Amino acid sequence: MNGAYHLTTYFMEATYLIASILFVLALKGMSRPETARRGMFLAEAGMFAAIVGTLVGAHIVTWVWIIAGLALGSIIGAWMAVSVPMTAMPQRTALSHAFGALAAALVGVGEFLVHASEMSVVTRGALGFEVMLGALTTTGSLIAAGKLQGVIAGKPVQFRGQSAINLLIFLAMVGCFVYFWMHPAVVAVFYTMLGVAFLFGIMLVIPIGSADMPVVMSLLNSYAGLAAAATGFVLQNNVLIIAGTLDGFSGFILSVLMCKAMNRSITNVLFGGFGAVIAEASANTGGVMREISLDDAAMQLAFASRVVFVPGYGLAIAQAQHAVRELAELLEARGVTVKYAIHPVAGRMPGHMNVLLAEANVPYSALYEMEQINPEFPTTDVAVVIGANDVVNPDARDNPKSIIAGMPILEVDRARSVIVLKRGQGRGFSGLENPLFFKDCTTMLYGDAKSSLSHLAQAVQHV
Amino acid sequence: MNPAVLIASVYVFALAAFLGYQVISRVPPLLHTPLMSATNAISGISLIGSLVLAGAVKGHESAHVLGFVAVTAATINVVGGFGITDRMLKMFGKRKPESKMGTKAVAK
Repeated sequence: MNGAYHLTTYFMEATYLIASILFVLALKGMSRPETARRGMFLAEAGMFAAIVGTLVGAHIVTWVWIIAGLALGSIIGAWMAVSVPMTAMPQRTALSHAFGALAAALVGVGEFLVHASEMSVVTRGALGFEVMLGALTTTGSLIAAGKLQGVIAGKPVQFRGQSAINLLIFLAMVGCFVYFWMHPAVVAVFYTMLGVAFLFGIMLVIPIGSADMPVVMSLLNSYAGLAAAATGFVLQNNVLIIAGTLDGFSGFILSVLMCKAMNRSITNVLFGGFGAVIAEASANTGGVMREISLDDAAMQLAFASRVVFVPGYGLAIAQAQHAVRELAELLEARGVTVKYAIHPVAGRMPGHMNVLLAEANVPYSALYEMEQINPEFPTTDVAVVIGANDVVNPDARDNPKSIIAGMPILEVDRARSVIVLKRGQGRGFSGLENPLFFKDCTTMLYGDAKSSLSHLAQAVQHV
Repeated sequence: MNPAVLIASVYVFALAAFLGYQVISRVPPLLHTPLMSATNAISGISLIGSLVLAGAVKGHESAHVLGFVAVTAATINVVGGFGITDRMLKMFGKRKPESKMGTKAVAK
């Protein structure tokens, strides 16, 4: 942006302004399902305008790399957009965070290569921030994606002295950053910072258990956005600042919401190593789990007047979203009122369950948030828990010693009866015992959620 | 960077943060996954920085290669992100709320 302003430069800046406005309008459209899709068209138009504006106004001298990158990226991106199943949405999103952050980090490295000598102190600070955040988000997101995909063990990986080692890595990273800021001439320090940031991203996410993924996903979302915003400071480009900040704040708001839904602080999620702790058998679990037969369960459902389904991550693993909708429709045909109760942290990312059920054609008016549905459980005849565990654990409410004490839960134990669909007798991902399973009103239906649900549907038809 | 530009940039940042907070806190939990996917696609705007790096810098072959990788990564983010967001939002739109369900008052 140095030198004289040509007409093309004004054109470019105009497209950036338009893009910024369209991005904000797009997010505004997200406030309602009816307007969300139209909003995204605006965002796409904005992005397209900004790309065209850049190609026209940025004095491009070599086209080969640009065209190659755009083509390759479009092919891979389009393939991902078409082929990824809805159940794999969390890992796809994590992967996408990694790509976005990598782009930001690489732009930073490129700027360093080309302009390091002529940078002001402020620009250099922003550059260091961009590269650091971009690099750690790249590897952190890759690890998160690996855990969600099951390539890397979902259980928290922890070892003695981990916090100390992580702290050392963090300090090394920040030390490199500060040194680079003060003495830009030492090239090695910059690349050391890059390397250490990559390492820190890995170490940051490795100890976190799968159950905490909604928070981690939101945080990585936020970091990827802030890295883009920092790029905007380096390049003195307002649309980058605006779009990056919108993303950064969106991720931040989601992190806070997710933490609230688990009654934990962000530091606790990042450094608590929650899942590894096997809590002392909290509430006395002296009782026995009672198994229920398919026919009995079908009978209960068929003659109920109000049924609430409570989906959890188990629904996603079993890909049971279509099966539950089919069962629900059969019940509705019999005059049963069916609702779905969605806990904010059910699943592996914010809104995970909503997307799955929407895929199965469940109307979103049948989906109820925790605050709406909790008062209705006492008048519910049957609550069907499908692969959810911690979000319905009454210990969170009743047992102040429990590790999840204070976490708001779906109070299914207040329903007249509860049927829990569960793969086996084991504990959930967090390793916590769930007293709900031992209550008198609760019965267990073991087996794969999808086949249990379709068998239930058949049985209901024959009632 | 001269101070005037820095101050202007900080203004833009602060106002965008404020606006983002206002707009995004209105998004219902129902749409949180598409929201994350959409903001992620939007932050693929770092594509325009990547384009400049890949094509507008003279005499830095290594910068071009870095730029190429960055353009590829950012394009995946933009195309994949928007594509999948649209796929999700289509699902939310495809069935209008029906009167027999969801209306809390009706219990048959």
